[in-house]
Amino acid sequence: MSIVTARRISQVFFAVVFVWFCVASTLGDLPWQLRGWPVNWLLELDPLVGIATLLSTRTLYAGLLWGLATVALTLVLGRVFCGWICPFGAMHQFIGYLGKRRKKLAAQLEANRFRPAQAIKYYILVFFLTAAILLPDGWLSSGSLLTGLLDPLPLVHRSVNLILLPLADRAGLGPSPLPRWYEGAWLIGAVFLAALFLNLRVPRFYCRFVCPLGALLGVLSRFAVWRIGRTEEGCTDCRLCERGCEGACEPTGRIRISECVMCLNCLDECRHDAVTYRTRPSAAGEILLPDLSRRGFIVSAVSGVLAAPVMRLGGLTGPNWNPGLIRPPGALPEEAFLTRCIKCGQCMRVCPTNVIHPAGFEAGLEGLWTPKLSFRAGTSGCQHTCIACGNLCPTAAIRPISLDERRGRNEFSGRGPIRIGTAFVDRGRCLPWAMDRPCIVCQENCPVSPKAIFTREVFNAVRTNAPLTVKSVDRGRIALTSDTLEAGRFGTGDYHALLPGGLRLRITANTAGALDLERPLDGPEAPPAGSPVAVQVRLQQPHVDPKQCIGCGVCEHECPVLGLRAIRVTAENESRNPHHRMVL
Amino acid sequence: MPADEALSRREFLGRAAKAGACLAAAGAIAYATHDPEGPGPAAAEPQAAALPDFSIPGLGKKMGIGHGSDRARTLQLTLQALGGIEAFVRKGDRVLLKVNAAFASPPMLSATTHPDLVAELTRLCLKAGAASVAVTDNPINDPASCFALTGIAQAARSAGADVILPEERFFKPMTVKGAQLIRNWPVLTAPLAGVTKLIGIAPVKDHHRSGASMVMKNWYGLLGGRRNIFHQDIQTIIAELAGMVTPTLVVLDGTTTMIANGPTGGSLADLKETRTLIVGTDQVAVDAFGATLLGKAAADLPFIAKAEARGAGTADYRSLSPVEVSA
Repeated sequence: MSIVTARRISQVFFAVVFVWFCVASTLGDLPWQLRGWPVNWLLELDPLVGIATLLSTRTLYAGLLWGLATVALTLVLGRVFCGWICPFGAMHQFIGYLGKRRKKLAAQLEANRFRPAQAIKYYILVFFLTAAILLPDGWLSSGSLLTGLLDPLPLVHRSVNLILLPLADRAGLGPSPLPRWYEGAWLIGAVFLAALFLNLRVPRFYCRFVCPLGALLGVLSRFAVWRIGRTEEGCTDCRLCERGCEGACEPTGRIRISECVMCLNCLDECRHDAVTYRTRPSAAGEILLPDLSRRGFIVSAVSGVLAAPVMRLGGLTGPNWNPGLIRPPGALPEEAFLTRCIKCGQCMRVCPTNVIHPAGFEAGLEGLWTPKLSFRAGTSGCQHTCIACGNLCPTAAIRPISLDERRGRNEFSGRGPIRIGTAFVDRGRCLPWAMDRPCIVCQENCPVSPKAIFTREVFNAVRTNAPLTVKSVDRGRIALTSDTLEAGRFGTGDYHALLPGGLRLRITANTAGALDLERPLDGPEAPPAGSPVAVQVRLQQPHVDPKQCIGCGVCEHECPVLGLRAIRVTAENESRNPHHRMVL
Repeated sequence: MPADEALSRREFLGRAAKAGACLAAAGAIAYATHDPEGPGPAAAEPQAAALPDFSIPGLGKKMGIGHGSDRARTLQLTLQALGGIEAFVRKGDRVLLKVNAAFASPPMLSATTHPDLVAELTRLCLKAGAASVAVTDNPINDPASCFALTGIAQAARSAGADVILPEERFFKPMTVKGAQLIRNWPVLTAPLAGVTKLIGIAPVKDHHRSGASMVMKNWYGLLGGRRNIFHQDIQTIIAELAGMVTPTLVVLDGTTTMIANGPTGGSLADLKETRTLIVGTDQVAVDAFGATLLGKAAADLPFIAKAEARGAGTADYRSLSPVEVSA
């Protein structure tokens, strides 16, 4: 078996593992569902996640230790991760292959020549890493983790989880029982498709020009023990080795070690055994480091260091926080959250109710594609018996809380439940408040005990065409002097007749000119002819008790005022940011 | 053709023929697809249709009240007192159990049908020779979470029943005859296809808007769409649901009754041990008795009188001379 076949098998294997993990990130205990599968493994293998969060939090969270394995692999063997493991790389390579397979040799060589613009990815890396650095306390407002925007593993997870699987769901082939929604999915899809289709222009376009992880591994590979290189003799300068060169690293000349993605096509193509993989440097010489200009480096680094402080001048992490931004339960305080979230979309994928969505610019530019709750889409609010998102989050931007902590039980009983916001009744839209219609769906569905939504009963006079006057009373039936009522309207059980003297009785049926009451009126109760009678509707008007409300949004999701809901959750009183506290 | 050369006749004719063919094709497509009216108003309401009547002809009305704290045991004894499950389920029957799986909450909170009852009823039906037993509901919270967390999915599957989660395509717009509210409204009809026996199983729960949630209210779970709108006229919708569904049997579980904070509950403090299980063929009568477990009378719950008026049963459960047994 040739080494290239082995590489292809490896790429297919990891691509299959990747797709399997994406599918398996479905909450449940069936064999194909989440159970305990290590679905974050590929994200954890990504050392850019580890290093960037190390810079931004000064800690290396849990499974991110796996990144060390990739670092070790790269230090010894070069960018094997890019050529053999990365599922996004495999997609690029495959599409690049489709793009170039009918092309002439000269065109293939042209496609694979080194381009100075390949340095861009290093500038991107420098910008991201310097933006991530958490400066000593009191120094600016630093530590914004932006790597997730372009880091290939988060990018490909996000794209498959939020674009491809939901499309598969709609075709009846996906893992979710109900088709899923993701706000602003178009942008994620556009980035994903653009990254893939650019391979038709230049193979591995993303890897060569954009990928900050490739840049990081490129820098690390300068110490690689084994490298690709030319032997001292045998090379005829036929350049066939460059025909399939995925990294555009020019193995014929002075090989650019940092660009080599270890595809090993050169080894396979060379008819003269003049390309080898060995510990000695290439006979034709090596270029170990990328071609960065000092000026470009400084521009990227200074921009990076200034990025977070400048973005935060908007005040979104301070007094100008966005009340419409509801983070999942267990999410860290906003500034700490932004030092950890890699926008991979695992929380959005695993959320059983599809309530977690990728943010647009609600959390500012740096919050793009971070999780936010949207109670209109999805199958329910945020279920207070669920802690899936925090337990899947690979970087603890959403902490792995326990059910007890979420509910404020047992050892957490002193702290109370985790609140993600508070519900507010919009009295201008709520049916019992504004429209004289009974409803209280929100109260019914409020899942906490005692309910955070309680009602106060009021009786409001119903609008009738004319004042109602008693003509006669026959047991439980009041005949009216006029025939102006809508027949049947008041028999729902919610309407009452208010008689002189304050006696109020439920109406069981009505015709245009008569009301049937729940019981007969005896002697003195019966109003004399000519006395007024009012029809009242019994309303239970909802109120929110902020002490009980956890902001789960079930009320908002269920509210029958479907457009702009009549009860809505905002981030007031959320536990994660103590300065958002609303009540004593 | 060089630019300075005049068009030959042959070329002119050829070109004219092609242009003519294109024009003819364009004309034909335009003619075939021309719609002078434009879109009209929405299609008319579907004709009133009825769900099949799942009651057993000639069986008459039966009702049993069992007392005990072991749900499975109480169910067995109560059914025995009514002639056994064989009186209701025969060999080859395809049975659908309509449970209340509305909320994603554990069984101990009694907000949903207890899994023990689902398992036992499934077992009894299969023992009586049922060809298949399926369990369904269209819950309020996320369906998959509801069936999983309530323990219903696990109990049903291990007892041999299928669990049918609601999917968009399982709903069909329906208009119920004589109904004011269920008109052109999506109803969960697919799980009923081929079913010969329908059994409703629901817990007794406090319900702030309607007064109580019992077996009639449980049919709410057959509605799809944004059904919350019907809360504006809750008494009528419950009565219409009772009129829409004629079950073979209903089981009302008052082993523990949710007396407060309903219908979600959420705390053991919301529950009260009432050690009562009601089985019957008359859903109105069963609910009328169930009201007493909540400390109410049938007259306090307008939907009972409304359902009776629709012919769904009788509010006077005593007229059925219910059999009482104790476990």
